[in-house]
Amino acid sequence: MDFGFSLSPSSAVNLDKVDLSLYDRLAAIDPGIRTCIGCGSCSATCTASAYSGMSVRKVLLAMQRGRMQEVEKMLSNCMLCGKCTMVCPRGINTRRLILNACRLYANVEGEA
Amino acid sequence: MIDRFANSGFHPFVLPFLVGMIFVLTYCFFGMVRIIWELPGKDRRRFFLSLVTPRTAWKNVKDIFLNCLIHVKLWKRNPVLGYMHSSIAFGWFMIILLGHIEVMLFLPERIRFFYYPIFFNFFVAEGESTIQGSVLMFLMDFFLLIILSGIAMAIVKRFASLWFGMRRTTRLSFLDSVGLYSLWAIFPLRLLSESFTAHISGGSFLTVPMNRMFVWFFGNDMNYLPTWWAYSIALGIFMIVLPFTRYMHIPAEMLLIPLRNAGIRIIHPRKGFARVQVRSCPGCGVCIDACPMSVKKENLKDCTVYLNRQIRRGNEKRIAEISDKCLLCGKCTEVCQVGVPGPEMRLAQRSLRKYSINPHYSNIQVDPFIDAIPTGTRVLYFAGCMTHLTPGIKKSVLSLLDKAGASYSVMDPDGGLCCGRPMMMAGRDEQAREMIRLNTEIIRASGCNVLLLSCPICYRIFKEKYKLGNIRIVHHSVYFNELIHAGRLKVNREEALKLVYHDPCELGRGCGIYDEPREAVSAAGTLVEARQNHAESICCGGSLGSITLSYEKREGITRNSVDNLMAGSPDAIVTACPLCLSTFNKYADVPVKDLATVLDEKC
Ligand code: SF4
Ligand code: SF4
Ligand code: SF4
Ligand code: SF4
Ligand code: SF4
Repeated sequence: MDFGFSLSPSSAVNLDKVDLSLYDRLAAIDPGIRTCIGCGSCSATCTASAYSGMSVRKVLLAMQRGRMQEVEKMLSNCMLCGKCTMVCPRGINTRRLILNACRLYANVEGEA
Repeated sequence: MIDRFANSGFHPFVLPFLVGMIFVLTYCFFGMVRIIWELPGKDRRRFFLSLVTPRTAWKNVKDIFLNCLIHVKLWKRNPVLGYMHSSIAFGWFMIILLGHIEVMLFLPERIRFFYYPIFFNFFVAEGESTIQGSVLMFLMDFFLLIILSGIAMAIVKRFASLWFGMRRTTRLSFLDSVGLYSLWAIFPLRLLSESFTAHISGGSFLTVPMNRMFVWFFGNDMNYLPTWWAYSIALGIFMIVLPFTRYMHIPAEMLLIPLRNAGIRIIHPRKGFARVQVRSCPGCGVCIDACPMSVKKENLKDCTVYLNRQIRRGNEKRIAEISDKCLLCGKCTEVCQVGVPGPEMRLAQRSLRKYSINPHYSNIQVDPFIDAIPTGTRVLYFAGCMTHLTPGIKKSVLSLLDKAGASYSVMDPDGGLCCGRPMMMAGRDEQAREMIRLNTEIIRASGCNVLLLSCPICYRIFKEKYKLGNIRIVHHSVYFNELIHAGRLKVNREEALKLVYHDPCELGRGCGIYDEPREAVSAAGTLVEARQNHAESICCGGSLGSITLSYEKREGITRNSVDNLMAGSPDAIVTACPLCLSTFNKYADVPVKDLATVLDEKC
């Protein structure tokens, strides 16, 4: 039956079930990533955003919510160009973050 | 000339030398076979071919002579150190050579005993009885004196390296010290033993007077055997420890030079050519002072000398740290007398890394880019990622092109794909190659015949890795300089304006472009030079080469680089790299401008 509207699937995150270890491990390597203020400068300049929706801000957020498939999708087009690093007002070494995320990703359990 | 040991030609004191000699020769032989074995088949064939090609063979001989024996590069950098090293290396070589000549002239049947040339004065009597004999004896004493002067300098240097203008030297390991002290002992002991036997064997201006003195002092010649033993033992110890010390660089460099002349490059990060490279580094420490990172004490152990050392030791954790921190600025290679390619070595280490996410770009369509470029485009300008972040440069470039009346199009007006160099700097060649493929498709389809770039980072990869056929790849500094010379750009020179030009690493050391930007700067004002310039310029610190250095940790590097540029108290700093521009802008007290902006203001 068509009611003229539909319900989007729940986006609630059950923090007991998701794996947040990737974020923690990245933060252990470079605690600087914890200082992100979500300003979005990195997203605005990103070379890859047009293709995979890449945004360092969103990657950081998705990792903290355990939405790992989104992380993988976004990272899959990053060109490591370094624009995000240059514009980040908090001086976060985003290229290092991206490389380490790509390296450590597989050891994380799948999405909840 | 009398052979004192005519029947046997042997005395037991030669044994320590003999054992050491056989050991080191065997070691080096198998080491060499292993390294050649580790080369990819193509490189191996290329190497063998180069050995029999007269031109490269001659170049090998010349380079080995000039670098290993005379140390020309060191002479140019520091004549005192140059003298010290070449006096020992060349002097020792001459003594060995003269020893062989003596044996060949006087006792040719003994040449197969390879200790005869070394201990000639022990085995013969009345060596200077002929004219040739006394000339050779004179030369022997002469070169021994030269070596001894070098050794004396080495001893002083060890204890006062500051006098020699080196701020930092590397610390020696235990075996290195054993090697060093035995090397120091060899030549004074040789002088003593030859002096003790000079009344039997003959001698010259050094050994004969010393012999007189000894005879007068001791009244007999009972001392000569112990000193010949000691001389032989010192030689033996030196050669036995050699493979485990930094002195291994002597044989390693003799293999490195022919391999390099054959055009072989590092492929495997540890084996083959890379193994010779790390073995050829004597740990002189010149790269420590040169490295821009060493303004901070915490980075001192991340210079190339330590990379080589950790690779020799197989310390994986440190190898990874050192490889990831480097700015890839290339300065260490520039000052290194062996020419160890610090950045390439590090890239090879980075390429070892395994990733679980491997970016790919097959989903990216190139057609929209191609369609946006008007047909008939001659000059295609690719701004690149970094220029998009410094829009002032792009504006100036376009304005200059307009003023020169050039017909051009912009390949990435609203941002394009990355050139691939930053990815390559992370050691991810496969990803970089995919970007190269996409960009190549766009550029070739555009039908342009000039590709203009304003970022040296892009420029370098376009030059080195892109295959664009007849399309000319040109950096804006070169292009605008040509337009000025051709009279298409009229620049009003302001005599009083003092401008210093910063050589961006990727443009200068990376691509060898030094003069054109300077000419262009001179067209706008008075060019002054930085303290260290051209190939020795200091990286701004902003480099994408470093993976682990965060921006706050780079402040010291940038300030040091600015300080270097301010030597001639310029009114503005001019650079030709968007990344240098934004990096310097953070800390410089004078305006920092791109070359294009400077020219545009004066046009
Ligand atoms: S490095 Fe990656 S995430 Fe950062 S701007 Fe470039 S493409 Fe975007
Ligand atoms: S620019 Fe820096 S602070 Fe801003 S969202 Fe991106 S990572 Fe966070
Ligand atoms: S890498 Fe070159 S400059 Fe550095 S210590 Fe070794 S030989 Fe000397
Ligand atoms: S490439 Fe530059 S930053 Fe890296 S070790 Fe050499 S001098 Fe230092
Ligand atoms: S930004 Fe300029 S000076 Fe700095 S590493 Fe790059 S090319 Fe070298």
